[in-house]
Amino acid sequence: MNEHHPSRFHGIWALTKRELKKWLKEPIILLMAILQPVLWMGLFGKAMNIGNMFSSSSLSLPSLVPIPGSSLIPPQLGDASGYIYVNGSYLSNAFANLGPTIMQGIFGVADYFSYMAIGMISFIVMFTTMFSGMSIVWDRRLGFLNKVLSTPVSRGTIIFSKVLNASLRAIFQATIILILAVIFGLQVSSTFTVVSILGLYAAVFLLSVGLSSVFLAVALRSTRWETQMAIVNLINLPLMFASNTFFPISQMPDWIQAIARVNPISYLTDANRQLTVLPLDASSLMFDFAFLGVFAAVFSVIGIALSWRYLTK
Amino acid sequence: MSEEVIMTEELTKVFNKHLTAVDHVNFSVKQGEIFGFLGPNGAGKTTTINMLITILKPTEGKASVLGFDIAKQNDDVRNVIGVVPQEYTADEDLTGLENILLCADLYGIPRQISKERATDLLKLVELTDFKDKKVQTYSGGMRRRLELACGLINRPKVLFLDEPTLGLDVQTRTATWDYIRKLKKEFGMTLFMTTHYLEEADSLCDRIAIIDHGKIVVVGAPEELKHSLGGDIITLSIKDDPDVTEVISSVENVKDVKKENGSYRITAQIGEVTAPLIIEALREKGYTVTKLMLTEPTLNEVYLKYTGRSMRDTEESRETFRAQRMTMIRARGG
Repeated sequence: MNEHHPSRFHGIWALTKRELKKWLKEPIILLMAILQPVLWMGLFGKAMNIGNMFSSSSLSLPSLVPIPGSSLIPPQLGDASGYIYVNGSYLSNAFANLGPTIMQGIFGVADYFSYMAIGMISFIVMFTTMFSGMSIVWDRRLGFLNKVLSTPVSRGTIIFSKVLNASLRAIFQATIILILAVIFGLQVSSTFTVVSILGLYAAVFLLSVGLSSVFLAVALRSTRWETQMAIVNLINLPLMFASNTFFPISQMPDWIQAIARVNPISYLTDANRQLTVLPLDASSLMFDFAFLGVFAAVFSVIGIALSWRYLTK
Repeated sequence: MSEEVIMTEELTKVFNKHLTAVDHVNFSVKQGEIFGFLGPNGAGKTTTINMLITILKPTEGKASVLGFDIAKQNDDVRNVIGVVPQEYTADEDLTGLENILLCADLYGIPRQISKERATDLLKLVELTDFKDKKVQTYSGGMRRRLELACGLINRPKVLFLDEPTLGLDVQTRTATWDYIRKLKKEFGMTLFMTTHYLEEADSLCDRIAIIDHGKIVVVGAPEELKHSLGGDIITLSIKDDPDVTEVISSVENVKDVKKENGSYRITAQIGEVTAPLIIEALREKGYTVTKLMLTEPTLNEVYLKYTGRSMRDTEESRETFRAQRMTMIRARGG
């Protein structure tokens, strides 16, 4: 007889530790996980030099720029054809001053890299959690799941440990991105403090819990990892681009805006940006956290409820 | 505690409303015995074991392990049983020791106790020297032993073994039997195992149940079942193939004579004495025996008698299993 009276949650840490160990023991996968955001930040954040588009270098003006005089008041100032001529370099200068204002207006930050680097955190969190469903499919195929099911570990624990594992990994990866972003020239706002980092972790944790619960619930009865791959491939693109991860929602057509406004990724990105690169707006930050909290609570409860229902056939 | 460690009453499992995998099965396993479920692949062995270890819910009927109902008191059942599954379930990326400790954690065993037990168990299954090696590097036999050790970490009263030697070569299989015997002796456990190897059932099990198409066709000790056939089997052929059933039947100790495909299949007691007598009787009548074979009954004959099919026909499934496993390993890039 097993003389111990394990608590309801005794297996959580054991199962989470197993997955973290597997992950840390695979240095190549770990390296790839770090390299991927570096590449993305390098290519997306630096190559898509949106800030530069709004600078004078994107204009090549003649020395005298004709402007229809009728658009000006009073019109009689122009020449016989009705045009007035402005010195090109003046216009260039005027535009160079306008550029940052446009950037500030659209993205809220002066440089696109800072905007995008924080979006990268959402991107990596999304990818990490999406694949959490895969591990349960493998556990089922290799018989590990059955072995765990034959022990007194609570059924919900099995799912919860996977959620926890995905969340811890997401936080780890978010940290790496943040460090890399600072190295590459992230410009933080004046309201940024150490506490902001904790806030960012909390937001990442909430989204990870919600998203990985969704994907685990989908994977619960699946025996084919191909199905999981197909689902992940299908929805990662819309989930990522119908959000403010790489581009502001306000500039999108209405129908995409409608999707982006219910997309939890948008709320994570917004919360993280407010905590780091944007001036902090307490009420909208609260709303972001409330949305993420409800998302995490609802889907983790659904995931755990489904695991009670479906892990025993 | 009652002598019956496992009891089933009309235990039934129907998948997808029409596929009856286990069909109103009744049996009981006594304290301290090795009870074997013998049958070909797809007979319902694994489904039965999965119900007993509480990972499948019965569709109908009930079963208890050490008095705990498998459906209603499943956590109590899980605490007192050990499971050695058909697959190699140990995590390949972890070491042998880490795997055992993980199993211990799943039972909520405090670390200082589990460390001690792990050391003992690793010694018992002779894996001490490999405990810090990744399971990836283990051979089939070593993995099987590791599974055994994991199944014993909670000091179970009943150990369930699902096809414990599936896919192992003959030497490793015999060695695994020795471990199982040793475990039984050392811990005084009750063992419930499934197998489709006749030799395994014969050599390991105190009692066996032959299961076919989800139904138990017969239960008994292997010796008893073999004896129930009525004796040894003598197969003989006679020159020109005349009908000599009468002559053979008149010989003492002959129980049964069947003519099939030009030869006679005779069931007789003390075959080695009866066979010369049959030859003698036939020669007196002027018949010449061209071929004679004497076989002691094996479980294959028992199986043949109760199911009408030969168990050997299902042997190739082992190769199929191996092929599947190899594909899986390749799929994982290991």
